[in-house]
Amino acid sequence: MDKQPAGLFDLFLTFLTIGAISFGGGIMGYIREYTVRRRNWITEEEFLVALTLSQTVPGLFAINLSVIIGDEKRGAIGAFLAVLGMLLPGTILLLTLGSGYLYYSDNPQVKSFLMGVAAAAVAFIFKVMLEVGLTQFLRFRSLVFVLITFIAVGILHFPLIVVLLSIAPLAIWFCNQSE
Amino acid sequence: MITLWNLLVVFGLLSLLAIGGGNAVLPALQHVVVNQYQWLTPDQFREMYSLGQISPGPNLLMVLLIGYYLKGLAGALVVGIGFFIPDCILAWSIHRLWQHFATSPWLVAIQRGLAPVVIGLMLAGVFMLGKLTIVNWSTFLLAIMTIVILTFSRINPTLVILLAGLIELLVDFL
Repeated sequence: MDKQPAGLFDLFLTFLTIGAISFGGGIMGYIREYTVRRRNWITEEEFLVALTLSQTVPGLFAINLSVIIGDEKRGAIGAFLAVLGMLLPGTILLLTLGSGYLYYSDNPQVKSFLMGVAAAAVAFIFKVMLEVGLTQFLRFRSLVFVLITFIAVGILHFPLIVVLLSIAPLAIWFCNQSE
Repeated sequence: MITLWNLLVVFGLLSLLAIGGGNAVLPALQHVVVNQYQWLTPDQFREMYSLGQISPGPNLLMVLLIGYYLKGLAGALVVGIGFFIPDCILAWSIHRLWQHFATSPWLVAIQRGLAPVVIGLMLAGVFMLGKLTIVNWSTFLLAIMTIVILTFSRINPTLVILLAGLIELLVDFL
């Protein structure tokens, strides 16, 4: 099927929908479902390129992807509307929940509930991280840099900027040497 | 004394360092907000993180809640501007440049080298949150339960996360 054009309002509405239903992570999957499969706005190959690009530049993947797909379809205004749609529903819900939380933050029941939520959420990220990182754990050279970065940031509390300016260039150098 | 300007600068810088996405920048966020400036206690950080997890959209939207807590709606707005606008402009510019460099091997090389660093950062983020979160038997068992359920079924993770909250509530008050 050929690629379809995207109206500005339609673009906004689609990203608003993704922003409203993407509970529990896996937001990339939702973006792919809506922009590639349902609307035919971009091809699978273009989506992969956009995904790679959005993971190389700083910022949240979902936001970068929205910028790139919005820009691809309707230029700067498209990018702006896609990001706005993506952020709006979560922001409204979070600030609503948040004002309740700030009001009841000393309530022991609220604390207990959020404690359980945090435990499960950490477990969820851990699982996602193992899946995403599997190829990195299996290659010796990559694994070394995974561990160096983990120890520098997680145990020794090196500032992120130091790590990005020292370990990252080394990793780029070593991981591109032939085996 | 926190000013809106402080928030703009701190979250603007964090956003530019957010290579590898939200989970990779989490240790730096916690370090800056909890240890360096002491704007939040570790408990508040964990609780705001939890609220971010049960909201839709990018999970690091919790930064808006930090801004809201510190400086009201203006704080949330300023944090949003600082945390999202620079990255959006950067992503947009690089997407435009990309059309000229699409076949360049250096981007592949950068991605190959950054991948293990990003995983290391995410691991550090999980470790740091784990220390705040897995503090007794019930939270430990809830974490195990979550991994098992999400590995062997296709239930929406948010439902499992909400269920874990309810279980912890029952465990503490029954």
